[in-house]
Amino acid sequence: MAPLLEVENLRVSFPTPRGRVEVVRGVSLALGRERLGIVGESGSGKSMTGRAILRLIRAPGRVTAERLDFEGRSLLEASEREMRGIRGARMSMVMQDPKYSLNPVMTVGAQIAEALIMHSHLSRQEIRQRVQAMLEAVRIDDPERVAGLYPHEVSGGMGQRVMIAMMLAPEPALLIADEPTSALDVSVQAQVLDIIDGLVRNKGMGLILISHDLNLVSAYCDRILVMNRGEVVEECASGRLQEATHPYTRGLLAAIPRIGETREELPVLDRSAWEPAA
Amino acid sequence: MSAISISDLCVSYGDTQVTTDIGFEIAEGESFALVGESGSGKSTVLKAIAGLAPQWTGTISVFGQLRTHGIDRPFARQCQMVFQDPYGSLHPRKTIDATLSEPLAIHRVGDQDRRIEAALDAVGLDRRFRFRFPHQLSGGQRQRVAIARALMLEPRILLLDEPTSALDVSVQAEILNLLKRLRREQGLTYLLVTHNLPVVSFLCDRLAVMRQGRVVETATADQLKDAELKSAYARELLDLSSPHAA
Repeated sequence: MAPLLEVENLRVSFPTPRGRVEVVRGVSLALGRERLGIVGESGSGKSMTGRAILRLIRAPGRVTAERLDFEGRSLLEASEREMRGIRGARMSMVMQDPKYSLNPVMTVGAQIAEALIMHSHLSRQEIRQRVQAMLEAVRIDDPERVAGLYPHEVSGGMGQRVMIAMMLAPEPALLIADEPTSALDVSVQAQVLDIIDGLVRNKGMGLILISHDLNLVSAYCDRILVMNRGEVVEECASGRLQEATHPYTRGLLAAIPRIGETREELPVLDRSAWEPAA
Repeated sequence: MSAISISDLCVSYGDTQVTTDIGFEIAEGESFALVGESGSGKSTVLKAIAGLAPQWTGTISVFGQLRTHGIDRPFARQCQMVFQDPYGSLHPRKTIDATLSEPLAIHRVGDQDRRIEAALDAVGLDRRFRFRFPHQLSGGQRQRVAIARALMLEPRILLLDEPTSALDVSVQAEILNLLKRLRREQGLTYLLVTHNLPVVSFLCDRLAVMRQGRVVETATADQLKDAELKSAYARELLDLSSPHAA
């Protein structure tokens, strides 16, 4: 079976007063129906990779790739109109902060319904039922009441679950989650990730989880790409993260404090080990 | 004598009471953590101490002096606060120099030039950053500036509100090391608010676990290391903090 998503030599650049700067420099990946994690620090290009796959980068940003195929279609050649049919329906994205990503003047239920109305031909009755079913699927106790609430009336964790419900309602084949839990509490984080994980497994979807948290990604993904300065520096199976060899990955792992910390000082990244002097 | 002593602290915002009967003592030179999920009232306690949430009852005393409800200059010289978001806590149109000299001007402290250079040295920032603006600095550098600003008046207590939660792990390690070194060098007392138990384990001696505006448990860092927390909620938090290691 052909992979769900194939990316070869993806490059994203933005103009600056000192010429174009490449923020993603030649990323290649192939994704089946599996869970892939992309980790890196801020500015490593991990979010830009996710956005480029959805073709969400607008001019003056420029995206080039030798290949960007999704379900056998080339996204590079798709028109804006075709992209609208793919986005949301076949491939969707969960953003970082529910506070800024939900429409503040639409009820939660109406926003989930909007995704369904755009991409399917269901009757109003069926849409209502699907909205309720989706809210139940993300473990919201009282879906009827919550569907009538506005985003400011729900908590951060609930907002993020609403967003997941919205993104998964049209049953896409690929979900890109860009830091889905970094705006949330530890206690809610695990819940939200478990929900994503369960839905992805049950529906046999592909997942790209973008995060700066190595431990979190290794717990929820099968495979991990580590990015630094726009390049993939290491790829490994999540169980083998402790055996990572690149100094950047090792440095990131060592910098995380642990419960039962005995080190007097945390090791910091020595960037000169892999970066040419600027 | 304890550095901070709090008893029966109830803080309200308007008609909503946020914390109920908070009480703890922090010895001089100790590093104490308040942990809990958002909405548990941990930041509110810090704000009440700093004077940013003036609607409170109970007692707050610092080095034996009772804190008043208004602006308290002698108190401000003893106790300074570092905020969570280094992007929001620095004035975007003031240079680092102006930011750092403001507390000195308010408290009419002389010798500004030398003090600013000393503070930049203490937080490990090069002197060329002195006349730059916040947008020219990275998140970690900004947090260093925020810590330098808190140190300008040579306080003995720092209130730290999630000082590293907006930063990358690699930068977090640098800031945690900095905070540890400053405490050792200047004999500071820390009151740290966080939801990250590993950070507590690295930086603190004792912790209090808060939930729904109440302290449910106080424990030592050693008890945290040995996973000897008693209350059910604290154990739950501990489990959530280390699901990946298991």
